[in-house]
Amino acid sequence: MLVVTCIKQVPDTTQVKVDPVTNTLVRDGIPLILNPYDTNALEEALRLKDKYGFRVAVLSMGPPNAELTLRKALALGADEAILISDRAFAGADTLATSNVLACAISKLSEKEEVGFVLCGKQTIDGDTAQVGPGIAVRLGYSQLTFVDRIENIEAGRKTVRVRRKLEGRHEVVESFFPAMISVVREINHLRYPTVPMRLNSKDARVTIWDNKVLGLDPNTVGLKGSPTWVSKIFSPERTKGQILGNGMADPEGTARLLVEKLKEKEVLTF
Amino acid sequence: MSLFFALFFVISIVIFAVSCYSTLGIVRHGLPENRFDNPGKRFNNMLKYGFGQKLLFREPYGNVHFVMFWSFLIFAAADLEMVLRCIFPVFTGISDKVPPVALLFDVAPALTLLAVLIGLARRFFLPPANIKDRSNDVLKMLAVIIILILAYFGSRGALVASGRSLPDYLPLSSFVAGFMANLSPENIDFLASCFLSVPALALLFFAVYVPYNRHMHMVTAIPNSFFRSLEKPSALKAEDFRAGNTFGAGQVNRFTWKDLLDTYSCTECGRCDAVCPAANTGKPLSPKRLVSSIQENLLANAADLKKGRKPSVSLIGEGKASISEEAIWSCTTCAACVESCPVSIEHLSKTVKMRRHLVQMEAKFPEELLGFFENMEQRSNPWGMAPSERTKWHANADVKTFEAGQTEYLFFVGCAGAFDSRARQVTIAFTKLLNAAGVSWGVLGNQEKCCGDSLRKLGNEYVFEQAVNENKKTFADKGVKKIVTHCPHCFNTLKNDYGLEVVHHSELISKLLKEGRLKFKSAANTGKVVFHDPCYLGRHNGMYDQPREIIAMTAGETPSEMGRSRERSFCCGAGGGRMWMEEYTGTRINRARVKEALGEKPGTISVSCPYCLIMFEDGLKDEGAFNDVSVKDIAEMVAERI
Ligand SMILES: Cc1cc2nc3c(=O)[nH]c(=O)nc-3n(C[C@H](O)[C@H](O)[C@@H](O)COP(=O)(O)OP(=O)(O)OC[C@H]3O[C@@H](n4cnc5c(N)ncnc54)[C@H](O)[C@@H]3O)c2cc1C
Ligand code: SF4
Ligand code: SF4
Ligand code: SF4
Repeated sequence: MLVVTCIKQVPDTTQVKVDPVTNTLVRDGIPLILNPYDTNALEEALRLKDKYGFRVAVLSMGPPNAELTLRKALALGADEAILISDRAFAGADTLATSNVLACAISKLSEKEEVGFVLCGKQTIDGDTAQVGPGIAVRLGYSQLTFVDRIENIEAGRKTVRVRRKLEGRHEVVESFFPAMISVVREINHLRYPTVPMRLNSKDARVTIWDNKVLGLDPNTVGLKGSPTWVSKIFSPERTKGQILGNGMADPEGTARLLVEKLKEKEVLTF
Repeated sequence: MSLFFALFFVISIVIFAVSCYSTLGIVRHGLPENRFDNPGKRFNNMLKYGFGQKLLFREPYGNVHFVMFWSFLIFAAADLEMVLRCIFPVFTGISDKVPPVALLFDVAPALTLLAVLIGLARRFFLPPANIKDRSNDVLKMLAVIIILILAYFGSRGALVASGRSLPDYLPLSSFVAGFMANLSPENIDFLASCFLSVPALALLFFAVYVPYNRHMHMVTAIPNSFFRSLEKPSALKAEDFRAGNTFGAGQVNRFTWKDLLDTYSCTECGRCDAVCPAANTGKPLSPKRLVSSIQENLLANAADLKKGRKPSVSLIGEGKASISEEAIWSCTTCAACVESCPVSIEHLSKTVKMRRHLVQMEAKFPEELLGFFENMEQRSNPWGMAPSERTKWHANADVKTFEAGQTEYLFFVGCAGAFDSRARQVTIAFTKLLNAAGVSWGVLGNQEKCCGDSLRKLGNEYVFEQAVNENKKTFADKGVKKIVTHCPHCFNTLKNDYGLEVVHHSELISKLLKEGRLKFKSAANTGKVVFHDPCYLGRHNGMYDQPREIIAMTAGETPSEMGRSRERSFCCGAGGGRMWMEEYTGTRINRARVKEALGEKPGTISVSCPYCLIMFEDGLKDEGAFNDVSVKDIAEMVAERI
C-alpha cells in the first residue's frame, strides 16, 4: 500500500519581508526550506512505513529547484519522489493546486493502492490550509484534518483512528480509508538523515511529471485555472504600542503592572 | 651449568616475546594510520615524553617517579649486562672497564629500590585520591621488581666475590660480596646461578602475566610516545564521504591501530579522571574507563576479529565492555585528559569517532541536538535565528565592511558574537578598540556563516565539511587573507581545521597595547581580577600569556590565578557542543568552575571567549553572586578604559 505525502518547498518566511513599495514578497536570497508542517507529514509517513511496511511516495508541485527538497525526503527513507513541474501549472491557487495534486495521486493509484495521503496542516507562505481538503474532496477520500496522532490502522476493516487537535480539546475519530490526513506540528519531529542515506539519495531518481504526463485541461491548471488572485500583500501597519512601567529599574512594579493589565483584558482570571 | 641457564634464559625470552606479540598483534585489526612520518620529531617526543617523563614533573611526586623510571632503565641495562656475562663468560661487559658505568650500575638499582619503597609507603600511608581504585596487581609488580633488584645485587656480589669484577667502583655489590667471602668458588658459582635464574623466572612471570593485566604499558608506553600525535589534540581526520563507506567508530575495529595500542599503554594512573570536568561533576564519563572499556571490548571481540567476523559485543552501549552513549555525549572536548596523560593517550579523538558513528550512521543523539543540527543546516548558525539578524549589532557600532584588496583583517564575528545579546557587547567593545587603534578591518555581514566548531566536535563531520567548503569559498571570493576573531572556537577551527591565518583578539589587543596604539583615558575599575583560560585558546592552542598581559596592563596588576589554571584549567562546560545540550546528570560544570573562581574573591572574572562568558554569567546567577561579581571579556575591560 502506498502512502502519498504532499510536500511544498517554501521560502523561510521568518526571513521574508514585504516590499513596502511594490507590496510583493521579497524572495531574493531567501533560503528555500521544506514547509515545516510537511516535515511532520513526511515523518508520519515514514513511521507508517516503519510500522506497517507501507511504501512512501513524496509528491510536490513546484519549480524545478524543488527537486532538492524531494531528494532530502528520499534521503530520509521515502521510496519514490515525484516532482510535478510545468510552466502551465505556475501561478496556481489552492483550487488549481489541489486539482493537479489529485490528478497525480489518482495516476499513482493506477499502479498501486493508495491508502493515505498525508499533508501538512498548512504552508507557511500561502497559509490557507485548503490544499489537503481539496485533494480529499476531488478523490472522494475521507478527510481527517489537524491530526496530532494516528492511533491505529486496521487493514482488514480498512479503518483508521486518529486524534484531532482542536482549540482546547481533542477529538478521536475513526474513518475508512483511503483517507487524506493533514497533520499539525505536535504530531512528531522529523528524523535526521544518516550520512549513507544522504549519499545514496544523491543519485536517487526524482521522477518529473509535466502536463504531458498528467494530461489536464489547461484551463483547470495554473493561473488560468485559478479563480483567486492575490491582489495585494502588505504588512499591517503596527499601531504604536505603549511602554508602561519602569522596566528593569523596577522589575517588581513592572511585573505587577503586567499582571493588572492582563486581568483587565481578562487574559488572567483569578 | 651455564649452558643450562643460557637455554632457560633464551626460552624465557622467546616465550615473553611470543606472549607480547600475540597480545599486541590484535591491534592490527584497527584501521591503518601513518604514525611513522617525521621520525626525527617522533624520536624527540620519545625522549621528551617517554624517557623524559615531561608531564610528570608538574606533580608533587613527579621526581620520585622520574628517579624510579630512569634508575629502572639503568638497572635493566645493568641486569642485561649481568645476565650476558654470566651466560657468556667470554663477554666481560663494559662496566668493569668504564668506572662511571660501574658506579652507575651499582647505584641506580639501589635508587630504584628506594623509589619503589617510597612508592609503596606512599600507597599505604598517603594514597592520592586519583589512584584509589587502581588494581592490586601494581603491588605484585613492585614485589617482582624488588626481588629482581635483590637478585641482581646477589649476582653482582658473586662476580666480585669470585674475583671476576673488581670491587673498586661497586660499593654496594662489594658489600654483598662480603657475605660470600668465606664460600668456596663452587658454592659461589652455584649461588650465582640461583640468582641468575631470577631474571629468567621474572621474564616467564611477565610472559604469563602481562597479557592478562594492564602492565603491558611497561612494554608499550615508550613506543606510544614515539607514535604520539604530532598535531593539536583537537585535530581530527577528515572523512571520505563516498557512498558505501562507513563513518566513525561504531565497532572496535573502526578505531585505528594507534587508538588500540593506546589502550595497552594506559597505566591506570587516573590523572585523566582527576582533571576531567565531566568525571568531576558526576557525569558517567571517565576518560580512564573510556580507554579501558575500549580494550575490554577489543578483548571481548578478539575471537571474532581473528576469524574475520564482525565484532559481536557492541562498542557503544551499556555493559562493562562497552561505552555508554551518555558518557560519549558528556565530553566537553576540553583536552585536559590528553594534556595530563603521561603515556600520550588520545582520548578526545576516540570520543569524537564514536560520536561520528552515532550521528552519521545511526542519527542517534540527545534530542536537543536535532534542533541544533537543523539550525546549522537551515540557518547556518546554532541559535536558529534568521541570518538577517546577524548584523543587528551593527546599529550600535561603527562597522566597516570587508573590502577585497583594501581591508587587512576580516573580523570574523562568530555566531555568539552576532546573535547572543551579551556576547554582542564584546563584539561592539572589540570594534571600538579596532577603530581606536586605527586597524584596517571589516566584516562579512550577512554572508558570514558558522565556522562549524560544534558540528565537528559533535561528530557531524558531513555537515561540517559542507560548512567548510561554503566558508572557504566565501573567503576566497572576498579575497580574505587574515582573520581576527574573539571566539576561541572560531579561532581554533579557522586556524587549525581550515588552515587559515587567524589571530585571536587577545593576541591583537595585547600587541596594540604594547605598541601604544591604545591609550587609556579613565582609571581601572575592575576590582580584583581572576582569569579563566578557555580550553580552546589555552590547552588547544597554547596561548596563556596574551590575555594575562592585557589584564596586567588594563587592571594594573596581574590576574590572580585559580588553583586550576593554564594547562590545568578546568573547562566552563560549553565546549564540544555541550553548549547546545542540557546537563541532566550531576552538578553543572559551569557552577563548579564559578565556585572555584569565587574562591579567589574577585571583583571581576575575566574571560576571553563568548561561550565562557555565557557560562560564567549563568553560573553566577545560579550561585546568587551575579550582582556582586562581574564577568567581562578582556576586550570589554580595555574598551572601558579608552
Ligand atoms: C502570500 C500568498 C498568498 C496567497 N493567497 C492565496 C489565496 O488567498 N487563495 C488562494 O487560492 N491561493 C493563494 N495563494 C496561492 C496558494 O496559496 C498556493 O499557491 C497554493 O498552491 C497552495 O496553497 P497553500 O500554500 O496555502 O497550501 P496549504 O493549503 O496551506 O497547504 C496544505 C498542505 O497541502 C500540501 N501542498 C500545498 N501546496 C502544495 C504543492 N505545491 N505541492 C505539494 N503539496 C502541496 C502540503 O502538504 C501542505 O502542507 C497565495 C500564495 C501566497 C504566496
Ligand atoms: S576532553 Fe575533557 S571532558 Fe572530554 S574526557 Fe577529556 S577531560 Fe573529560
Ligand atoms: S589514560 Fe593516561 S592519564 Fe588516564 S589513567 Fe591511563 S595513563 Fe593515566
Ligand atoms: S564556533 Fe564560532 S561560528 Fe561557530 S557557533 Fe561558535 S561562535 Fe559561532
